[in-house]
Amino acid sequence: MSTLHAKRAREFLKDPAKITHHDQTFWGMRMSRDKMVTQIPEWEELRDKASEIKRHTITHLADYLEEFSDHLEKNGVHVLWARDAKEFNQMVLKILTDHHVKKMVKSKSMMTEECGMNDFLKARGIDVVETDLGERILQLMHLKPAHIVVPAIHITRQQVAHTFEEKGMSQEEGNDDPTYLTRCARNSLRSEFLEAGAGMTGCNFGVAKTGDVVVCTNEGNADMATSMPKLHIVAMGLEKVIPDYASLAFFQRLLCRSATGQPTTTYTSHFRKPRPGGEMYVILIDNGRSDFIANPDHWETLKCIRCGACMNTCPVYRRSTGYSYSFFIPGPIGIDLGMLKDPKANSGNVSACSLCLSCDEVCPVHVNPGSQIYLWRQQLDHFGTANSEKKLMSWGMARVYNNYFMYDTALKMAPLLNHVPEAIIGNPKWSPWCVGHKMPVFVRKPFHVIEKDLEKEYGKESTTKL
Amino acid sequence: MKVGLFIPCYVDALYPHVGVATSKLLHYLGVDATYPHGQTCCGQPMANAGFEKMSRPLVEKFERTFKDFDYVVIPSVSCAAFVRFNYPKILEHCKVSEKVYDVVEFLHDILKVKALPGKFPHVVSVHNSCHGVRELGLSSPSELPGPRFNKIIDLLHLVSGITVKEPERPDECCGFGGMFAVEEPDVSKRMGEDKLAEHIATGAEYITGPDCSCLMHLQGVARKEHKNIKFKHVVEILAAGL
Repeated sequence: MSTLHAKRAREFLKDPAKITHHDQTFWGMRMSRDKMVTQIPEWEELRDKASEIKRHTITHLADYLEEFSDHLEKNGVHVLWARDAKEFNQMVLKILTDHHVKKMVKSKSMMTEECGMNDFLKARGIDVVETDLGERILQLMHLKPAHIVVPAIHITRQQVAHTFEEKGMSQEEGNDDPTYLTRCARNSLRSEFLEAGAGMTGCNFGVAKTGDVVVCTNEGNADMATSMPKLHIVAMGLEKVIPDYASLAFFQRLLCRSATGQPTTTYTSHFRKPRPGGEMYVILIDNGRSDFIANPDHWETLKCIRCGACMNTCPVYRRSTGYSYSFFIPGPIGIDLGMLKDPKANSGNVSACSLCLSCDEVCPVHVNPGSQIYLWRQQLDHFGTANSEKKLMSWGMARVYNNYFMYDTALKMAPLLNHVPEAIIGNPKWSPWCVGHKMPVFVRKPFHVIEKDLEKEYGKESTTKL
Repeated sequence: MKVGLFIPCYVDALYPHVGVATSKLLHYLGVDATYPHGQTCCGQPMANAGFEKMSRPLVEKFERTFKDFDYVVIPSVSCAAFVRFNYPKILEHCKVSEKVYDVVEFLHDILKVKALPGKFPHVVSVHNSCHGVRELGLSSPSELPGPRFNKIIDLLHLVSGITVKEPERPDECCGFGGMFAVEEPDVSKRMGEDKLAEHIATGAEYITGPDCSCLMHLQGVARKEHKNIKFKHVVEILAAGL
């Protein structure tokens, strides 16, 4: 009955101390977010308004994209449109080849992760260097991000020290002081910035009215990546466009407070045109998004601003870690985005939700990731990915509940289960409930039997059977 | 006021005393509550598992059974929330969804109970079930700003001698989630263990809450790990001495 997520989670849960650390780290981020929220009396209005702006923009996407690209072009920026990941990768490769670039530095971008760009370029002889510290650590360790905002938070500083020593970035054996390690990374990245022929950034918000590409970072690495090389390439999903500065203000207030509990990111950079003597490309990537808009139940998933708040609050994410999900974005929003992208490949994540709906409450743009998961569950049967045991169990339960005679008989027989030896009934192999629980005790007299005595006690006639 | 009583399947089979406490408390408060025989399940388990269609006959039956009542009272927040929020999506022109109340809501908001006769000289830790918090609004969700309130605690304070505590992370999920507990047993277990530890850390003798399914899960974990803490549904404490 276990899904892919459940099986992977089981492996991670074998190290309880690590799970405790993981849970506490992300709960800490949730607490920081809560503290921020209490300081903003109009928080709920901000969420409502931000959601409305996104709904409006997504339902008028063609108009806003046109306005955005017109402004970019007027400012001397090349605008390219990529239908899918493959086309995007080819475009980047062509730009880099045309400019004889052998090394590109980049700031964090989940979009390039989605397209598998780094591996694609590496296979074609182009070195791509991640400059976000977390992403850089993962790149050196050949690992994937486990969270969309803090991708390497599951890595310990001892592991970082070890990796840096291996790569010759740290000369002091065993020194795992975070400040020291950050300096090592900075020194090594500095030469990468100087050597690189191109810099790539993602895009948090594209402002249609002005053509601004807005990038939010905490490390300033996006600014370094665009200030050294003369060539700047922006990888941007279609849904990142917003109308104007007034709407940007809403997202700016919501994004970082929701994500890490900071009032704002340390750097909020607006890129509007190429540097003097340089060139700037913006690649707008569809990769399924225009199809998602047509999905009546799930199109609002596109409102997501990738703050990661749903992951931080998710009790299942915190206890199963990012790698237990099959999609490159984990947690509640990752379950939904994965189902939009490839339902057959990602159905194994849909179980990773107890429907507690905490994510619906923290989402700054009312994507309602948890409620969306409920809806995806209803569609698994249609995709042919519903678990057959679960389906049988649900069918059996529905049979019993729909037939009162069977229900009454089942309840009369149930106490017999109390006498089945623990070794049989309590075996987690065929009773997953018993992985963590003792069986509950069935009573000899269920409520519907006792109730008849109560009615007599109250002096009432027993109501007729339906 | 014509009140219908719905006792969910698993309460019927495992926790009949919770049904009895609900019935007795309503009777004591002068409410003429009727328990229509022949009722079984609200349909939530199948729907949460992804088979909402299988729930439809049960939804129709619930609608037929309770359509003539002014209120339907259920001692279980997740069942009450399912009827209120999911029934209208499954059944067109559903009437009963607006009449359904969890027993805590009904006592607090409709009957506006201000006094209770019982005593319960014990320390209890309140388990705020997710659907009670985030769907029915029994307490203020910790995710949202605004004034703090808790209807469960308001009612418990009417019982004399009681000491009420809340665990750290007062509305984090305990990890039951219906079929989640069997489909993701290892995550569910870990969530249950963490929740249990937080309740125990309050020094409480009892864990009490408005939903027996969360309590069933926590009790199952506690028994497996030989943790010495007792469980009572809120209504059992409110009906103390009746």
